[in-house]
Amino acid sequence: MATRRHVLLLAFATLLALAAAAEGAEEGPRGRRLLVLLDDLAVRSSHSAFFGSLQARGFDLDFRLADDPKLSLHRYGQYLYDGLVLFAPSTPRFGGSVDQNAVLEFIDAGHDMILAADSSASDLIRGIATECGVDFDEDPEAMVIDHINYAVTDVEGDHTLIAGDDLIQSDVILGSKKIEAPVLFRGIGHTANPSNSLVLKVLSASPSAYSANPKTKLSSPPSLTGSAISLVSVMQARNNARVLISGSLDLFSNRFLKSGVQKAGSKTRYERAGNEQFVTETSKWVFHERGHLKAVNVKHHKVGEANEPGMYRINDDLEYSVEIYEWSGTSWKPYVADDVQLQFFMMSPYVLKTMSTDNKGLYSTSFKVPDVYGVFQFKVEYQRLGYTGLSFTKQIPVRPYRHNEYERFITSAYPYYTASFSTMGAFFIFSLVYLYHK
Amino acid sequence: MATSALDSLPAPLRSLRLKTKQQELLLRVSALALIYVLAFAVRLFSVLRYESMIHEFDPYFNYRTTLFLTENGFSEFWNWFDSESWYPLGRVVGGTLFPGLMVTAALLHRLLRALSLAVHIREVCVLTAPFFAANTTLVAYAFGREIWDSGAGLVAAALIAIVPGYISRSVAGSYDNEGVAIFALLLTFYLFVRAVNTGSLAWALASAFGYFYMVSAWGGYVFIINLIPLYVLVLLVTGRYSQRLYVAYNCMYVLGMLLAMQIRFVGFQHVQSGEHMAAMGVFFLLQVFFFLDWVKYLLNDARLFKSFLRTTLTCVITVGTLALGIGTASGYISPWTGRFYSLLDPTYAKDHIPIIASVSEHQPTAWSSFMFDFHILLFLFPAGLYFCFKRLSDATIFIVMYGLTSMYFAGVMVRLILVAAPAVCLISAIAASATIKNLTTLIRAKSRSPQTTSGKTTGSKAAAKGAVDQSLPFQHNAAIALLLGAFYLLSRYAIHCTWVTSEAYSSPSIVLAARGHNGGRVIFDDYREAYYWLRQNTPPDAKIMSWWDYGYQITAMGNRTVIVDNNTWNNTHIATVGRAMSSYEDEAYEIMQSLDVNYVLVVFGGVTGYSSDDINKFLWMVRIGGGVFPVIKEPDYLVNGEYRIDKGAAPKMLNCLMYKLCYYRFGELTTEYGKPPGYDRVRGVEIGNKDIKLEYLEEAFTTSNWIVRIYKVKPPKNRS
Repeated sequence: MATRRHVLLLAFATLLALAAAAEGAEEGPRGRRLLVLLDDLAVRSSHSAFFGSLQARGFDLDFRLADDPKLSLHRYGQYLYDGLVLFAPSTPRFGGSVDQNAVLEFIDAGHDMILAADSSASDLIRGIATECGVDFDEDPEAMVIDHINYAVTDVEGDHTLIAGDDLIQSDVILGSKKIEAPVLFRGIGHTANPSNSLVLKVLSASPSAYSANPKTKLSSPPSLTGSAISLVSVMQARNNARVLISGSLDLFSNRFLKSGVQKAGSKTRYERAGNEQFVTETSKWVFHERGHLKAVNVKHHKVGEANEPGMYRINDDLEYSVEIYEWSGTSWKPYVADDVQLQFFMMSPYVLKTMSTDNKGLYSTSFKVPDVYGVFQFKVEYQRLGYTGLSFTKQIPVRPYRHNEYERFITSAYPYYTASFSTMGAFFIFSLVYLYHK
Repeated sequence: MATSALDSLPAPLRSLRLKTKQQELLLRVSALALIYVLAFAVRLFSVLRYESMIHEFDPYFNYRTTLFLTENGFSEFWNWFDSESWYPLGRVVGGTLFPGLMVTAALLHRLLRALSLAVHIREVCVLTAPFFAANTTLVAYAFGREIWDSGAGLVAAALIAIVPGYISRSVAGSYDNEGVAIFALLLTFYLFVRAVNTGSLAWALASAFGYFYMVSAWGGYVFIINLIPLYVLVLLVTGRYSQRLYVAYNCMYVLGMLLAMQIRFVGFQHVQSGEHMAAMGVFFLLQVFFFLDWVKYLLNDARLFKSFLRTTLTCVITVGTLALGIGTASGYISPWTGRFYSLLDPTYAKDHIPIIASVSEHQPTAWSSFMFDFHILLFLFPAGLYFCFKRLSDATIFIVMYGLTSMYFAGVMVRLILVAAPAVCLISAIAASATIKNLTTLIRAKSRSPQTTSGKTTGSKAAAKGAVDQSLPFQHNAAIALLLGAFYLLSRYAIHCTWVTSEAYSSPSIVLAARGHNGGRVIFDDYREAYYWLRQNTPPDAKIMSWWDYGYQITAMGNRTVIVDNNTWNNTHIATVGRAMSSYEDEAYEIMQSLDVNYVLVVFGGVTGYSSDDINKFLWMVRIGGGVFPVIKEPDYLVNGEYRIDKGAAPKMLNCLMYKLCYYRFGELTTEYGKPPGYDRVRGVEIGNKDIKLEYLEEAFTTSNWIVRIYKVKPPKNRS
């Protein structure tokens, strides 16, 4: 009897524990299956530190050669992977059914990608980058050269190993801990397409940098110069797919991750380059372990009521609320900010209010519907650097008063009421008198 | 002859013999009954040819609102705010329509339901117009009898039953305001004339209620509220003022105005709008007239009265002008609307309001359509006027004025032939009836004269004339010949009317018919195909952008939200759509994004040769768009003032959104044997831009004959 009770208790406890575990491991915004495409399987070991950090964070990496004939991103209409690491700069074409369009469709379907090129970047890789709003230098031999902000090495080289420290100011992308050491970079430069507003330069070159072939003499001014050159860029698409494009594959390599760095002209020498922190933090961002917001429970109702109406009337008082959470990598945490705004929108915003928050994720506001009828939208457009864009609208018609919703008697009109009723009465009396009083 | 046949009958049957008066009554009633049935039946061609369906554009809105009314009740209908049209502005439907038609149909529907006849509201709507047209014949009969005699009434009823000008707007399925409004118009006029003739308060009251029904049914009531004061004024000027007129007009005006204010769409216009001020002015004038009459009677002194008259008139005119001036200046009295101006001045709309001028039924009338719609009535009309002037009375003055004014308006706008049709029928009926009567009396008098010279029958003028002219040679034969001629003309009229009804006015225009190579009928049902596609394949809150012509149909049949529709209340909104259609694709995309457009619908006739398509309407979109947004300039779309779509077309024309959407993939299509691909069968040319690429839109659906093409607006690019 006792043992049976014990067994029951044990089973109950297990169930509870399972439930707790299930609760603890909340579903994140992205899956954990990554496809890593390589030119050469040697990269797998030469970049093992980076891959190791991904695996340590729970990602499931599938290493494939880029020209593997069995390569496929999806099967039966379902994508097999949640993200792509494209470390195959020189591949002229992918194997299997994958091509440039397949990769772009993969992104457009809401998946993330890290793309690393180097000076041997093929047209395929350049094409993908161009489609993501980043143009690599067209000269295939060119590299980024910086005679001032290069990294000091044992032999005086051609100054293509750059110690970059012009990082984007964003805790969301680069993590809250500041990257102290410069980031080592050797590769080709690129520029962000000026017509593309979604690309951000994460690591920019210094004003003294330029892009040219280091082996030949500079005969004409280089086409890319100064801080217009971007070394590492990110692009967050409208569907929140994130893409990181680096001009250097070596940036992710074990060698760069482990080596020390001293910037030319600087006395301080760092034991470790900033690369390790940089690639870890940016990869966290790219694979949505940080900076992902979600909005749930969008609600609106009249003040004093609980149900959402199908239509408002002009001058109604209403309340609007939404819950916004941020993915911390392990769980959804309330997102705290004081700049989330709500628009009550019909071709232009009629009401624009900053919502107040209870610091537990709930944002709410209340306002009076404007004295204009039409089809309005509750519109929240929240775009912040590094965060996924929150953009959600809810359509709601606003109707004018019904005929019986006006005031029945208006005080200022009482003289008219008296006038008309007294006229009626007087007419009645007059008729009586006129007819019967001869 | 009938009597001789009856004489030979056996005695019991002989008791059934009717007196002449009874015979006449029986004839009259049966003729009227036949006319009633005829008026209804002749309008059913469209149902037989096609099916029981709602026609054209506006009727779809009326049908949709009627459906709403029957489903949700009057209170909801009265307060209906429609969020599915005029996105995102919405439309207060309850306050911006004339509810008369919908309420009538809904009541008929309820009545039939109460009689346990399970009919769908659509059938009621389809048959409302023919039913009211049949009722109009009864009113025409009564009216004709009022102004002339019962013979003229019968002829008027017969003429109006089949006059094409009226049929064009009242065939089965043409579920539009005019269908009941013409009945209400004629009824109001009849009751008013009757009130003037009798001086009875009851008839005036009835005419006020007739006016109320008219106001509830159609914006054309403005014609009544201006014609009747004009008529009163004419009577005053010609010295025909009487107590009867005073009673009739005052009662009709005051009660009619109060009743009309109950219609939300009309509201306070009777006291606030310039178009209604004439009626009010005449109302006050009548009071002054009455007052002066009374003073004259009291004073009984010509000299004293003259000076009194002078001061009173000066005072009245000063006060009236002052009131009108202050009212207009302060904005209390709204000035005349553009529509009213365009009625008085046919060129006004063309210069100032392209949106009115763009509607084909607002064009000035061609003489051929007068011929087409009136046929012999056009010749009988002046003859009828002659008869009216010969026997001038209050009633004939009214019909003359109605005839002349409406004839003028019919010349200004094609659609107003409809208003002129009853007047033309009545006046022509007087001519026809009086002529035939004269001729028959002539023949009868001649044949009877040898037997008994009973001069008592020559009561009427015509007969007297006949008696005087007895000496004329061949008079009898000439009369017979003329009579035969009249019958020939009238029968031609009947044949013409039937032909016009069946060939021209029974097409629903939502289903198109054409003759194939082998003479068989080919039906193009593309509109409904497209609208049902929208209904089945697009999200329920999708917004469709199209030119406003198709707005009502999309909401009624496709059940989707539209940006603009046939209720052209907001010119800016329509101009925005016109601007989008005439801009380059990228500019149009921004406009469409700002309006949340999901689909764009265009109508294209280049494959089938359907000429009223969007390319032919395109210049109006440019004009209306350019009227509000000066960046759109008409000359950009023309080459030397010529509208072209072939290789010589203006570059802006070849690359604007409308051109691209109409001709997308058209360059691959061979439409006619022996012609190059991309040959447009409406314009008769090969198109100028065959290689059309769409960047921001994609083709979603094209109907089987390419008449309707629907495009989906792509979302913004994901990666840029």
